[in-house]
Amino acid sequence: METEKYNNTPQEPTISLTVNGQMHTLKVEPWVSLLDALRDHLQLTGTKKGCDHGQCGACTVLVDGKRINACMTLAIMRDGAEITTVEGLSQGQDLHPLQQAFIDHDAFQCGYCTPGQLCSAIGLMQEGKAKTLAEVQDLMSGNICRCAAYSNINAAICEVMGIENRGGSL
Amino acid sequence: MKSGYIGAAVNRVDGYLKVRGEAKYAAEYQAEQLCYGVVVSSSIAKGKIKTLDASKALALDGVLQVFSHENRTSLPWFDRSYKDEDQPPGSPFRPFYSNEIQFNMQPIALVVAESFELARYAATLIDVEYKAVDFNADFLNSQEKAYEAKKGKSGWKPPKSRGNASKALKHADVLVEATYFHPAEHHNPLELHASTVVVEADDTFTVYDKTQGVFNSQQYLMNIFGLSKAEVHVKAPYIGGAFGSGLRPQYQLFMAFMAAKALKRSVRVVLTRQQMFSFGHRPMTTQQLSLAASSKGKLVGIKHEAIAETSQFEEYTENVVNWSGMLYDCPDVDLSYKLLKLDTYTPLDMRAPGGATGVYAFEAAIDELACKAGVDPLQFRLLNYAEQEQNEKLPFSSKELKACYAIAADKFGWARRNPIPGQLREGDNLLGVGMATGVWEAQQQQVMAKAKLSPDGQLVVSCGTADIGTGTYTVMSQIAAETLGLPIEDVSFLLGDSDLPMAPLQGGSWTASSVGPAVLSVCEGLKEKLLKEAAGLPHSGFKGAKVEEVLFKDGMLCLKGDPSVQLSIAALMKQRNLAILEHQTASMPDPKQSQYGKYTHSAVFVEVKVDAELGNVQVSRVVVAVAAGRILNPKTARSQVLGGVVWGISMALEEESVMDKQYGRFINHDLAEYHVAVNADVHDIEVIFVEEEDDVINPLGVKGLGEIGIVGVPAAISNAIYNATGKRLRALPFTLDKLLE
Amino acid sequence: MNRITYSKATDVRDAIQEHSKTDKAQYIAGGTNLLDLMKVNVMRPAHLVDINKIGFDFIEQEADGGLRLGASVTNADTAYHQHVQQHYPLLAEAMLSAASAQLRNMATNGGNIMQRTRCYYFYDTSTACNKREPGSGCSAINGYNRMHAILGTSADCIAVHPSDMAVALRALDAVVCVEGPSGKREIPMEAFHRLPEDKPDQDNTLAADEVITSIKLPPSKYAKHYSYLKLRDRPSYAFALVSVAAALNLDEQQHVLEASIALGGVAHKPWRMPEAEALLIGKPATAANFRMAADMLLSTAQGYGHNNFKIELARRAIVRALEQAVNKQATL
Repeated sequence: METEKYNNTPQEPTISLTVNGQMHTLKVEPWVSLLDALRDHLQLTGTKKGCDHGQCGACTVLVDGKRINACMTLAIMRDGAEITTVEGLSQGQDLHPLQQAFIDHDAFQCGYCTPGQLCSAIGLMQEGKAKTLAEVQDLMSGNICRCAAYSNINAAICEVMGIENRGGSL
Repeated sequence: MKSGYIGAAVNRVDGYLKVRGEAKYAAEYQAEQLCYGVVVSSSIAKGKIKTLDASKALALDGVLQVFSHENRTSLPWFDRSYKDEDQPPGSPFRPFYSNEIQFNMQPIALVVAESFELARYAATLIDVEYKAVDFNADFLNSQEKAYEAKKGKSGWKPPKSRGNASKALKHADVLVEATYFHPAEHHNPLELHASTVVVEADDTFTVYDKTQGVFNSQQYLMNIFGLSKAEVHVKAPYIGGAFGSGLRPQYQLFMAFMAAKALKRSVRVVLTRQQMFSFGHRPMTTQQLSLAASSKGKLVGIKHEAIAETSQFEEYTENVVNWSGMLYDCPDVDLSYKLLKLDTYTPLDMRAPGGATGVYAFEAAIDELACKAGVDPLQFRLLNYAEQEQNEKLPFSSKELKACYAIAADKFGWARRNPIPGQLREGDNLLGVGMATGVWEAQQQQVMAKAKLSPDGQLVVSCGTADIGTGTYTVMSQIAAETLGLPIEDVSFLLGDSDLPMAPLQGGSWTASSVGPAVLSVCEGLKEKLLKEAAGLPHSGFKGAKVEEVLFKDGMLCLKGDPSVQLSIAALMKQRNLAILEHQTASMPDPKQSQYGKYTHSAVFVEVKVDAELGNVQVSRVVVAVAAGRILNPKTARSQVLGGVVWGISMALEEESVMDKQYGRFINHDLAEYHVAVNADVHDIEVIFVEEEDDVINPLGVKGLGEIGIVGVPAAISNAIYNATGKRLRALPFTLDKLLE
Repeated sequence: MNRITYSKATDVRDAIQEHSKTDKAQYIAGGTNLLDLMKVNVMRPAHLVDINKIGFDFIEQEADGGLRLGASVTNADTAYHQHVQQHYPLLAEAMLSAASAQLRNMATNGGNIMQRTRCYYFYDTSTACNKREPGSGCSAINGYNRMHAILGTSADCIAVHPSDMAVALRALDAVVCVEGPSGKREIPMEAFHRLPEDKPDQDNTLAADEVITSIKLPPSKYAKHYSYLKLRDRPSYAFALVSVAAALNLDEQQHVLEASIALGGVAHKPWRMPEAEALLIGKPATAANFRMAADMLLSTAQGYGHNNFKIELARRAIVRALEQAVNKQATL
């Protein structure tokens, strides 16, 4: 393969990521995605890998306040960034109101998409673009829930955002 | 404290961990010196590997080994060593066994390296030369090669015909003949299949596997690698969905284990999303239906023939046509189920296997027949209502389907339906309504459970079952807490560990109905033991008391007849000097069950909006009423059914794994092109549970809900599309192109 | 994915210079498509030059009344930008119909129009694909081609360009501003993407070492009557089977003064046909006239089997989008 001649010496720069308020300094090769840096290097496995291609939303985290797919960016591109993952949503043992609403509305089954759903919904709230249930649904469609707890996810989000939810509830 | 946990809308007990990202899945366990395996998949469908050159990969610093058929460790010869609990008859796929390629995307090598990225890179450097041979992956153009399925996997029943359907069809007033197609579908649980094999200090292995049955994975590894139970432990406390994909040990388990054993290093192997399309799928199926009725809507003849794909090496079977024989009262029924061998991987049970496929076609054809006879489809079903199970002529253990029809129809407003298609327009959309019946088996399996009570009143109940998102942790905790009268906070339920008491695979909607009774039984046994201890105390007021005379509440034992006689569990255990009180039982189905037909039923009503010009379909409203015996937890139960309904919507409108005939490869193998329902697909869905008592199916009267939610939904959608547009679509999924004309 | 090295450029010249250091360099901005393709080994750069911080993270009004969109502004920030929403609502609508909120927060304007096709065969290195591997053949022509092109195809490639944004940009006559080793140049959207012909490996006319710096929108003229209609297999988070960016200017009698119709999902580039638009000028904005324009737009369309439906779908979609554009004002 022709590319090999460039690649035999790995470049391993040091980067810093502030994750959930805590600064981490780590050495990563450029080919490490932010998602793998979180999961494999920082052992923050709350953020999930569901497709590794930006097609499911399980890896959603907040980077400098905005929700993105952690699988579709390189850790090195986020050097110096502030990152919030699901592990950073609670205050100690106290759940974020959205986490509690997810439990109350049974907004998950297997739980694998849940961290991404939560981070995505918090990003959604911060964006302030969703005013109706239909808008919540469109703007949450980047998070696949294969167990299909969508109605309950919407109930939880609408409750926390104070949006009328006509999607049927418990 | 609260009492009456059974039947209460208790929040999921694993919810706190799940919303905090603390529930750990198979790929999330750490180990000293963990290394990473990446699978290389074959790029041809059939043939042989001529050469597999790993030298470039091995030359990279940090690449530990490349495993393939060329250097694999010694493996057993016989098929029986590769068997598993969900295996169809045949010769199971044996990874790395030889240079033979049996299907496209067959795993042919595992690259193990110090980091995931390095292993992934090295995997691209493996040079493989194949000798490809002709293959057949063309299901629709080789239907004539189908043969009658003779033997099947466990749970499969050869379809039984009765009477003379051909004659009945010939002389009927109203006849419908139609062919339906169901594409291949993939489970696509959100968690990628993964195994982390940890080599422990004592050279035993702890395996974290994505599986619906820890014992299945354990036994598989023991058989292949010649190990004892003590040498290999399998754990799966959390599973990120499975829907059947975890019923058989998948190849990442084999590979991670082989690598760990050979390298004496802990290894993690995670499949890519693309590789999630390389094993097990719901089979492509064609179904030919001929149904006949009298002019008044009495069903007089049913002919249902199905042809389903299987692989060259295993005969995967599912109950596709049997439902057509059991659902309605009809004297003449002709059923046939054939298999067609293709050069692809063996299909695999996927949520409501067979039922989702067969009931779809049958209930769509019933609608065609009812409409042709000019009878309201709901009325038609009532006219042909089966008071006993029709295939075996057995009484039902319970069947509240009539109540389902009535309640759901009323909630939905079925009475306002316009029987003439294409009449209702709202802007660009045509509106239509449709309904269908859903059915699934209610089964109980043998299960063992164990309970341990400590003096502080903490109860630990355990069973090696699974919770793939079904709510097993929660409902079992409820049963245990209620039975022993403990606050649910003091109860823990352990599962997903091969060191725990034996349970079958989690599947078939039988977990609540099988593990539930075991948990009930083991807690009842513990009650007996507690009472015996209490009676043994000096001057005990419990002497001679029977267990039904004692109330277990708030961590206390109390004589019902004399409430002044009471004793806390803590005090009792202290006085008897008990460090722990333990009990283990097995529960199994009562033999009398065989004299009954045991089923869960549902009635599904659907409203669709179809863009009259552009063809896109929206399922705007669903009302589903389910009769599933006792509901242990209405909150988690509703979620199960909601999930099933959305699966039905997804199956009806979006899901299709496309087999490319040039390559024999599923070509839309990612989540961008294999569409599953997203949030915006979901509108108003109402789930109703109809009261149903059943003292036959198991001591709890619970039937299970994993599958019933999906069954009936695609048919109801199909029928609603007809009502909206006058078009009968007979090939899933109902994408907009099929409605353009 | 290959082993890569990485550098972060500080300005355009720096980026171009970094790029020139190896012959296997690639610019990376949002990365949402490049990393996707690198993970499946379709794109194999050896070095990535990060161009997120080279000074093109602005949206500013031009002296001529137009708007300049910095190449590294995210799709979300662009689509929600007040000026874009008010004056270029067609663009905002198209951009918000694309991908997911998360991807729109990452994907940049420059990167969006650089997206590569979603053709299954292009993505799967075990199959033949002339775009991925020139000369290997096209698997789509005789394969599963439901998503493929019906216009402007060649015997070598029937892939479609997947972007929604590019379709709106094409309808709005945007201009792509680029900079390379030999200086700056401007490429009209029309000439930016190309047809596959016998070189399907080339998606567009940008040279490998050129950087997109901004996209210029001419002064707004379609803020009243516009519609971006996207038809797809699910209502959100899916690529278009067919999309239509329709924009009209009408006089008081509802006669067409100006029309712009661009199609997505049907060709290797956003598709426009000036003759079809000209057909509408001076005519009443009626469904019958729209159908005439649609027929002309699709007069050379050709299906390949699974995608035959796209011809009729596109025809109907054009009419619907134009009707929606006419009626849009009522909802304002």
